[in-house]
Amino acid sequence: MNALIQLSDNTPSPPVNYFGFIPSLVCLTLFIIFLQALPTIAAGETLRLVYPWVPSVGFNMSMMIDGLSLTFALLISGIGSLVMLYSSRYLQGDQHFARFHLYLILFMLSMLGLVLSDNLMTMFVFWELTTLTSYLLIGYKHSYQLSRRSALQALLVTGCGGLALLAGILMIQMVTGTFELSEIRGQGEVIKNSELYLPILILVLFGAFTKSGQFPFHFWLPNAMAAPTPVSAYLHSATMVKAGIYLLARLHPSLSGTDAWFWSLTVTGAVTAVFASVLALQQLDFKQSLAYTTLMALGTLTLLLGSDTGYAITAAMTFLIVHSLYKAALFLIVGIVDHATGVRDLKVLGGLRTLMPFTAGAAAIAALSMAGFPPFLGFIGKELKYAGALAIEDQRLLVVGAILLANALMFAVACILAFKPFWSQKAPPLPESYQEPWQMLLGPIVLALLGVVFGVFPHLISVSLVHPAVAAIIGQDQAKKLVLWAGINMPLMLSVATFILGFLMYKVHIPLRDGLIGLATRLPNFDRGWDKLLDYFSRFCTALTQTIQNGRLKQYVFVTLLTLTTALLSTFMVSEAWAFNFSLEDMQIKHWVVVSIIVAGCFLTLVTASRVAAIAGLGSVGIGVALIFISYGAPDVAITQLLVETLVVVLFGAAALKLPHLNAVKAPVFRPFDALLSISVGLCFTVLMLLVTGEPLDRRITEFFEAASWTEAYGRNIVNVILVDFRSIDTFGEIAVVFAAALGAMAALKMGMPEKEGLPEKKRSEP
Amino acid sequence: MNSIILTASTRLLVVMLLVFSVFMLLRGHNEPGGGFIGGLIAATGFVIYAIGCGTSAARHALRVSPENLSVFGLGLALIAGLLPFVFDEALFKGQWVFFGATAEDKGISISSVLLFDIGVYLVVMGAILSLVFTLEESV
Repeated sequence: MNALIQLSDNTPSPPVNYFGFIPSLVCLTLFIIFLQALPTIAAGETLRLVYPWVPSVGFNMSMMIDGLSLTFALLISGIGSLVMLYSSRYLQGDQHFARFHLYLILFMLSMLGLVLSDNLMTMFVFWELTTLTSYLLIGYKHSYQLSRRSALQALLVTGCGGLALLAGILMIQMVTGTFELSEIRGQGEVIKNSELYLPILILVLFGAFTKSGQFPFHFWLPNAMAAPTPVSAYLHSATMVKAGIYLLARLHPSLSGTDAWFWSLTVTGAVTAVFASVLALQQLDFKQSLAYTTLMALGTLTLLLGSDTGYAITAAMTFLIVHSLYKAALFLIVGIVDHATGVRDLKVLGGLRTLMPFTAGAAAIAALSMAGFPPFLGFIGKELKYAGALAIEDQRLLVVGAILLANALMFAVACILAFKPFWSQKAPPLPESYQEPWQMLLGPIVLALLGVVFGVFPHLISVSLVHPAVAAIIGQDQAKKLVLWAGINMPLMLSVATFILGFLMYKVHIPLRDGLIGLATRLPNFDRGWDKLLDYFSRFCTALTQTIQNGRLKQYVFVTLLTLTTALLSTFMVSEAWAFNFSLEDMQIKHWVVVSIIVAGCFLTLVTASRVAAIAGLGSVGIGVALIFISYGAPDVAITQLLVETLVVVLFGAAALKLPHLNAVKAPVFRPFDALLSISVGLCFTVLMLLVTGEPLDRRITEFFEAASWTEAYGRNIVNVILVDFRSIDTFGEIAVVFAAALGAMAALKMGMPEKEGLPEKKRSEP
Repeated sequence: MNSIILTASTRLLVVMLLVFSVFMLLRGHNEPGGGFIGGLIAATGFVIYAIGCGTSAARHALRVSPENLSVFGLGLALIAGLLPFVFDEALFKGQWVFFGATAEDKGISISSVLLFDIGVYLVVMGAILSLVFTLEESV
């Protein structure tokens, strides 16, 4: 960070990256493209684009733009362009500037793919891509242990959720017979009435809750603040964490309406919202505090999506937009403060207003929207939240109470975050003067102002975005109007109560915070719990590895062969397939010769005291096998077998130079257990082979290849034609494996070798 | 190994093995052979060279590192697999061009399948050589 703070005039400015604005332009272009779809979507239509991907199993690259996906796409691309402009300056002079922007662009594209997919499988692929790219972004400052840990934690938590989601998706396909979301949408009743409904619900919710940091999976999100601030602003306010919310909203038509859905979402959302806003109050770090308020917002959104009333869904969609706007702005402001002062401690910061008036202004506007003051969009969002909560018939008290408490806490946190650092009198050791770079200022100002503009003119977003989005979730004509002044009613009363309660909390927030910090040490800590879980798991793996793979080749072979024999024997037992014909009538002289070569080779290997003789013995076994191939008319296989045998002897020869002499003990040791195991393996395979050859050979595939080899693939050597034409994807996979295996073996061999001279050691770079 | 006979005969053997490997590669589509076998033979050639004249001489004679050879081969195979996209056909479908084809004889042909086989050849050769060279250097 130190390098970033020194931006005052007397230090030479870091090299300017003239192309830093290009990522931002890319996003802006996408934003404009999506804007053009706005009138169509507002008119109630949906756009669809289908490109078959793996049609045989129903995977399509299908894209759909409806109100819901357009809302997300506009937020992603719009906030994305501002964040990328911001980070082009924030990370100026950074060693890995280009890499950072590459990750960010990749992340944005995967996020867009996620919200635009109309196929669950395509969506899942993009879902996993967001997990991977966010891993790279969180761990961007990879020389810090904390960053690496946070990145891995986020990857593992959201990755587990991704696996659960995949299982859920497959079950949805089993029930509905399709992966297309637009078709699943109409089959809500089919899913809800099926036996698999509960497993589907649990798996999908697990995926969504881990991604969106719902309690008890919330711990990864605050840790992800180890990422550079623009990443936090983008991933952890507006986009990635909302992917879970998007999934819930997207599957709302198919899965909602049951008690299980209502209760799991309502309770999880309420607990997350209240729990997170209490924790937000406790934080001393500016950025951490914001991270917890994000959790609160995600909890509220989950809570609202549990219901299916028009008010609740309208509230959810409005609050989604509100939250993205003010939260991204506030995160970017934290970045500016950090950039200017190098301090994020809320106890220390104060009086920044004189130093950075524009930032202070933007922070005030964003915070007022967050606190839910009129005439900001946050106010409308809050009123709708109360209206939505009141519209829920079941457990109204729980829902309203949770939202009231969370909102009051949010009010207090907004005051702490936006007013204390900027408007209080206390001044920390600040730099003399500081000019916010315009690239960094533009984002917060635009986002904060949008909060006002949309608040005063709510119809700007209501008809074009919120209504189509609500229509996509619960159907047309359910959306409620967004109005700034709805008269004196229950939501307004609750708002006033929120302000009073929130103000009181702000007044006592310092003793409250100290009390909470004291309390937190006694409560179970999920973050440490996670560490313990990982620790136990790694101990379990270590123990397992030490038993099975203890570094001795003999043990490896032993375990492998024992498993093989057990598997084969148990299969024989279960299937009771002992009936096979065994006769030596077909054996000719040449076969007997081959058999005797093989037997002699085996015998030599067993009894010899010389390593070279043993290798030669094994070689003659291999050659015997090759002769069998030749006698049955498979020259390609025979040639390959011979060549591989040759190379194996060479490799053995090279390795044997390093091995101790076998004849340390003159006579070979007799090991009865090993003998028993080898004989069982041999017998099992003999039985298996006899069983296999006892079955009538299905020649359909062979006949097809024989017929098609020349006419369709223009080759007479069927083996090769299969390898390079009919099954060439398999072959491609195989040669990739050959290459990877060689690299792996090479790395393993080089580990023991002394470092070669002339290779400069990689310099460690600290950002 | 310091054996004059081996060193002297190696030079001759390597040439023959390499030519033979290409022969096996090219005839593979119609007669026994192919990229896998060709690659094994070519690798054998260089392995013999490494035994006779030393690993560093063999590496020098190969000119490129065996790992790069493998990567290049993998790339060739991938290109051969992607080529059908240009002609709007399914992935990894063989594309053929025939020169001088008559009713009975298909003439001389060039195909993406051959390109794929060359890729296999290079991957196999590179993978084996990288293993053998490293193993010999480490003892």
